[in-house]
Parts: sequence; structure tokens; C-alpha cells
Amino acid sequence: MSAHTIRVTVNGAAHERSIEPRLLLADFLRGTLGLTGTHVGCEHGVCGACTVLVDGDSMRSCLLFAVQLDGCSIETVESLGTLNDLNPLQQAFREHHALQCGFCTPGMLMTATDLLRKYPLATDEQIREGLSGNLCRCTGYEHIVAAVRAARDAR
Amino acid sequence: MKPPPFEYRVPDSVEAAVAMLAEGGGEAKVLAGGQSLVPMLNFRLLRPAILVDINRIPGLSYIRDDGDVIRVGALTRHYQLETSPVIFEHLPVLSAAMAHVAHLAIRNRGTIGGSLSHADPAAELPMMALLLDAMLGIASPQGRRSVAARDFFLGALSVGLEPDELVTEMAFPKLPPSIGWGFEEVSRRHGDFALAAVAATLTVRDGTIAEARIAIAGADDRAVRATEAEALLAGRALDQASLDAACEAARACVSPNTDLHASSDYRRHLVEVLTAKALDAAWRRAREAA
Repeated sequence: MSAHTIRVTVNGAAHERSIEPRLLLADFLRGTLGLTGTHVGCEHGVCGACTVLVDGDSMRSCLLFAVQLDGCSIETVESLGTLNDLNPLQQAFREHHALQCGFCTPGMLMTATDLLRKYPLATDEQIREGLSGNLCRCTGYEHIVAAVRAARDAR
Repeated sequence: MKPPPFEYRVPDSVEAAVAMLAEGGGEAKVLAGGQSLVPMLNFRLLRPAILVDINRIPGLSYIRDDGDVIRVGALTRHYQLETSPVIFEHLPVLSAAMAHVAHLAIRNRGTIGGSLSHADPAAELPMMALLLDAMLGIASPQGRRSVAARDFFLGALSVGLEPDELVTEMAFPKLPPSIGWGFEEVSRRHGDFALAAVAATLTVRDGTIAEARIAIAGADDRAVRATEAEALLAGRALDQASLDAACEAARACVSPNTDLHASSDYRRHLVEVLTAKALDAAWRRAREAA
């Protein structure tokens, strides 16, 4: 199958690559660009671990082909903060022990970033509904909800 | 868990898209939001030779107030429908239903044309198309046609669409402000496919029901209208007797599957309970509007 050339902006940096059409965005980010912060869990849109922002909207990067995103701007977990300079949402996750193994965390953070922009998240029920598309097998979710609640209050 | 190879085509118009589909002769699939198609590709349940990506066709994403109807372009994302002030004003039951569609990341990408064409029996949009007597606009190399939602859904993942046809629009007759509505759904987690969902509208005049509409998802091989229940309610007030009769008729009109998530009996039970809740809410709203 013929290669296609795409130009994308990822976390503010421009990239041009020649890729096969079937390359998933998740694999483009991890394998082609080496941005391994985005995690790949189920590869069929159920677990939410690979969630990234495409032109500002959260999307599953395992359900998009990189070839579709020519001209788009993508934000991954690497865009949020650094080890020594966490962003407020990451700081809330840290303070509320919202992660254990950390596998789901990039998807949780990117999902919560979009939720906090779009919804009031006035109640815990609304926070839980918002996070319901992201699976976590360690925390039991309580601390993730607490972290998002804190980020909401600080918004 | 990686999709098989395919040839990637990007049409810039509806005409070019359907020409590519025709050229593909059944080997081409439409890629819209991809929220159902890409998982099937990743599982290799499908191996289309060609994917026709319609996302770059201009003018296919809109929500338009057009007199008596609201027109929604096929590339409109679920999130846009969920949050549209036009939909909230003229089709509030649709706004309510859209909040139940999957999760934000899916609603941001999934399209209404894709949901209709995929026709999952438990999806909300096909059921709302039936409830609201929507008309679907369809394009093919031969031209354009229009089909009623009730004639479009044929069975599980099966619709009246030729391989070279593309859904371009859905048109909903506006609901008058006086109409009452209800939407009820039960799923294991918020955003999962419905174990069962029921939506209803009631037109009430002089204290009796002039027209009832009831649509059910998740409880048969496709979304269905509970036509017997609707007929039972016509000309009556919503009291315990008419409500019981309608719920029993709704329960009787579906043939749910047993699967990992719920038994057939449980789904029937849900249909009965959710029909009562949806009708109650619709009746209350209609009385408040009167």
C-alpha cells in the first residue's frame, strides 16, 4: 500500500512523516515520534488509555489513523507538565493519590482535561460519568474522582 | 490488533465519495468517525480493500433550522448534537438521548451518519430517528433520495443502503413546545450500550393523549416503535390503567437477546419499567406545558 505524507503539530512541534494508511495514531505517536507517554491498552476503543486531544477535543488514538490527521494539532500527556513542573491537574492527581501503576493515567489526564473544559462537573456523579470511558484496574477510582473534583474547584 | 492494509482515498465532495464507492464495487467502506469501524478493523472482522474517508468533504457538518424541520449533516459529531442550542430548543428529547451516547472521546469523533449506517440495535441515534419520524437523505452515483427512518433499519447492523450509497443528512420534524417527552436508559456503566432504552413523546390535548410515540432500543435486532402501545394510549389520559396497558404492550412487542450483559427476561422487564418512566416524564412535561 502506498505511503502518504502527513504534516502534523504534536505538542507544539511540527512533524512531517511518510506513513502507511493503516498506522494508528497511537502507534504513530509512540513508534514513529517516540512519544511513549500515550499508552495503548485495548486497541479497540474501550479502555481509554490512549486518549489524546485532536484540535482540542479528546479522542481515542487507537481509533484514528494518523493519515487522517494531516494538518491537525495533537496534544498528548507530554504537553501537560514536567516532572518538576506538574500542571494543576497532574498536581491534583499527585496530591490525591489518583494513580498507582500509572498505566491508565495519561488517558485519565487527557480525558479530564477535556471534561474540565466542556462540562460543569458539578457533582461526583457527573465526574464519574465523564470518566466512565477510562478503565483503571488499581485505584478503585475514588482518588481519581477526588483529584478531578479538586481540579474542578481550582479551575 | 492492528488493522489490515487498505487503500486510503479522500474525496472532496459527496459526488466524488459515491463515485469511489461505486468504483470499489463492494470492496470499499466509508470511514466517517470510525468509532465502530476502526475497532472492527483492528479485530480484523473486516478487510475492506479501500477506505473512503469522508471527513474532509466540506459542508456535511451542520445543524440547521429549516422551517418545520431541523436538518443535521451526516458528518455532525455526537457532541455537537448533544450541545446544540437549536436541538435543545426544538428536539429536547434528542439532547437528552445524546448525553447517553458512549463517552466524550467517542462523542467528539463519532458521526450521526456513521451511527445510522452502522445501526447497532442498542444505539441511541437510530432509536431517536424512529421516535421522531426522521427522514434520511442518501446520495449515490445515480443522484439523491430520501427515505423514512422506519424504512431504513432492517436488522442488526443492517440498513437499506447500497454499497455505493452514502447517508448525507437526517431531517427531524420539530417538536412543538407543548409536546411532552421522556428518555430512559439502563446500562452497566454510563456510556455503555443500552441494556434497554425507551424514549417517548406525548401530544396532549384537553387532558387526553392525541398522539403517543414510543421507541425502544437494545431489546430487539433493531430499534423498534411500540405501535400497539402507542395506539392504546390514543384518546386516553395517562392513568394507572392506560399506563399498565401501554407498558405491557411495549414489553410484548420486543424479542430481546440473552447475552453476557443481561438475560432476555431482564431486558423485557427493563422495557416495561423504562416505558412507564418515560411515559410518566412525558405526561408530566406535557401537562406542565399546557
